[in-house]
Amino acid sequence: MRVGSHKNILRGVSLNTMTIKEQWFGNVKGDILAGIVVALALIPEAIAFSIIAGVDPMVGLYASFAIAVTIAFVGGRPGMISAATGAMALLMVTLVADHGLQYLLAATILTGILQILFGVFKLARFMKFIPRSVMIGFVNALAILIFMAQLEQFVGATWVMYAMVAGALAIIYLFPRITKAVPSPLVAIIVITLIAIMTSSGVKTVGDMGTLTSTLPAFLIPDIPFNLETLKIIFPYSIALAIVGLLESLLTASIVDDMTDTASDKNRESRGQGIANIVAGFFGGMAGCAMIGQSVINVKSGGRGRLSALVAGTFLMFLIIVLGNVVVQIPMAALVGVMIMVSIGTFDWSSIKGMAKTPVTDSIVMVVTTVTTVFTHDLSKGVFAGIILSAIFFVAKISKVKVTSTLDVSSERRTYFVTGQVFFASVTDLIESFDLKETAKEVVIDLTHAHVWDDSAVKAIDKIVIKLRENGTVVRLHGLNEPSSHLIDKLAVHKQEGAKLSGH
Amino acid sequence: MFKRILLAADGSGHSVRAAKKAVELAKLSGDSEITVVYVVDGQTSKEDVLHNADRTVVEEKRKMRLQPVTNLLEEAKVNFTLEKLLGEPGPEIVGFANKNDFDVVVVGSRGLNGLQEMVLGSVSHKVAKRVKAPVMIVK
Repeated sequence: MRVGSHKNILRGVSLNTMTIKEQWFGNVKGDILAGIVVALALIPEAIAFSIIAGVDPMVGLYASFAIAVTIAFVGGRPGMISAATGAMALLMVTLVADHGLQYLLAATILTGILQILFGVFKLARFMKFIPRSVMIGFVNALAILIFMAQLEQFVGATWVMYAMVAGALAIIYLFPRITKAVPSPLVAIIVITLIAIMTSSGVKTVGDMGTLTSTLPAFLIPDIPFNLETLKIIFPYSIALAIVGLLESLLTASIVDDMTDTASDKNRESRGQGIANIVAGFFGGMAGCAMIGQSVINVKSGGRGRLSALVAGTFLMFLIIVLGNVVVQIPMAALVGVMIMVSIGTFDWSSIKGMAKTPVTDSIVMVVTTVTTVFTHDLSKGVFAGIILSAIFFVAKISKVKVTSTLDVSSERRTYFVTGQVFFASVTDLIESFDLKETAKEVVIDLTHAHVWDDSAVKAIDKIVIKLRENGTVVRLHGLNEPSSHLIDKLAVHKQEGAKLSGH
Repeated sequence: MFKRILLAADGSGHSVRAAKKAVELAKLSGDSEITVVYVVDGQTSKEDVLHNADRTVVEEKRKMRLQPVTNLLEEAKVNFTLEKLLGEPGPEIVGFANKNDFDVVVVGSRGLNGLQEMVLGSVSHKVAKRVKAPVMIVK
């Protein structure tokens, strides 16, 4: 079911030039079937993520409908599924708790606006500043948080709840052995719901968590005061949502690229995510982003084109309208089972298996990102901590300068060979490597294998040269590369060789 | 005899054992060729992309992963080509084997226990059942 496409090579990047028609109708049968499978798998997740965020199940369902349908038209990665997600739900918990749903809707719209700006200014390329170990930590933290959010469902629960969760998990992992045509989480939900209804077990159901209305979403402007106060409340949430949403969406896009051996337009995807969130906000939905798990399900089920996301969104809404009164009877135990599966699937187990081979600093960054997120319940803080720590480790690694010296006894000339990066973090070591009470007549500092990066570096070289000259030594710099010598010409106060310092 | 040999490999220990047997089969006739297929499934895609930012790096890492197998084939001086497939290993190997004309398909057995096989499913079992050509399962 490969979609016909021809590739252009532009600036070394292979670009997919599938026509709009191919993107929509190049794989109709596969897209419709996969879209239906995804819709079925989306329902439990959309409800569960609403519950994590602390809003009615309809908020997540409307979001999933609005985002999936909008992104089908405006996204940059055909075949990728976007909807309400755990990463985003986790970020909005305190906003909902402190200020309520209307502020969440406003924050969702602002998130969209910020993401469009990110797309317009092509900020996708700054993704490269996020180290892989931070991305892995992000994914692992997400998995742990989704898992932890399920634990509160067990508070005060009876053995029936535990048995149902175990049963749901057994079905989820074993049913695919029988058939993969129907998503096993859906089978688990149907079976557990039937058992709950037939035994009238009285366990907590989706209906106990909030109301579910079988109506189409309507266009509404969030009911909030439009002033600076409101902006102050929602802006920090929106910026975190915008960044985390794009992070997960662009990561997912790369995974779909790899799974289908095609390319995607990351800036168009950023703008598309923004437009989708704006639409979601106006139609009573919470902010969302691309979903790794659902996109993998879509591609595995044969979904490749834009049609798959459109079918997923519309079929989801159709099911909710038809089956709304059944959905409220789903026991929470079944949803908890599905969410435990989602968290196990999200966690990057290879990062644990491969830890022995990974550089220690990378593992530390990954763990710090994970732990910071789990403790602050804020994915953006975890990512920020991880980036800063990686930067510190990087600076520490490259700040090792090596200085060796040789003494030519006959001409009383000492030559220092400096190897490495000379910048603010390495200048202390550099200065300590020099004997500033030199007795030789002449000192040559060979910088052939060094690079002078900043003002601190030039000041350090200044200091070395000036101190040596105080003893009457002639100092020469040798072998500077062009950017380094340019910087020294511009910033250094020690004039050229042999020059006396004023005041001495 | 066995001129066109399909070898399913992922660089693991069992695929190296399979590769050794494939070489023995290839040596039976002078001009035989081994096609090595490596199937990248959704889970592998996810892990590889998460751990390596760049697509060229991802592809390079995959070649490195297969090196235990490819080095063995190079040392044995047999003709071989590398083929990457995307999707579920079982069905992809079966589809590729049946679409092309192979004299024999060689696949390693992971040696899973009963429970693992129930959850993960046996690739070699699927291949043995559905491939039309003769199949050699290497334990």
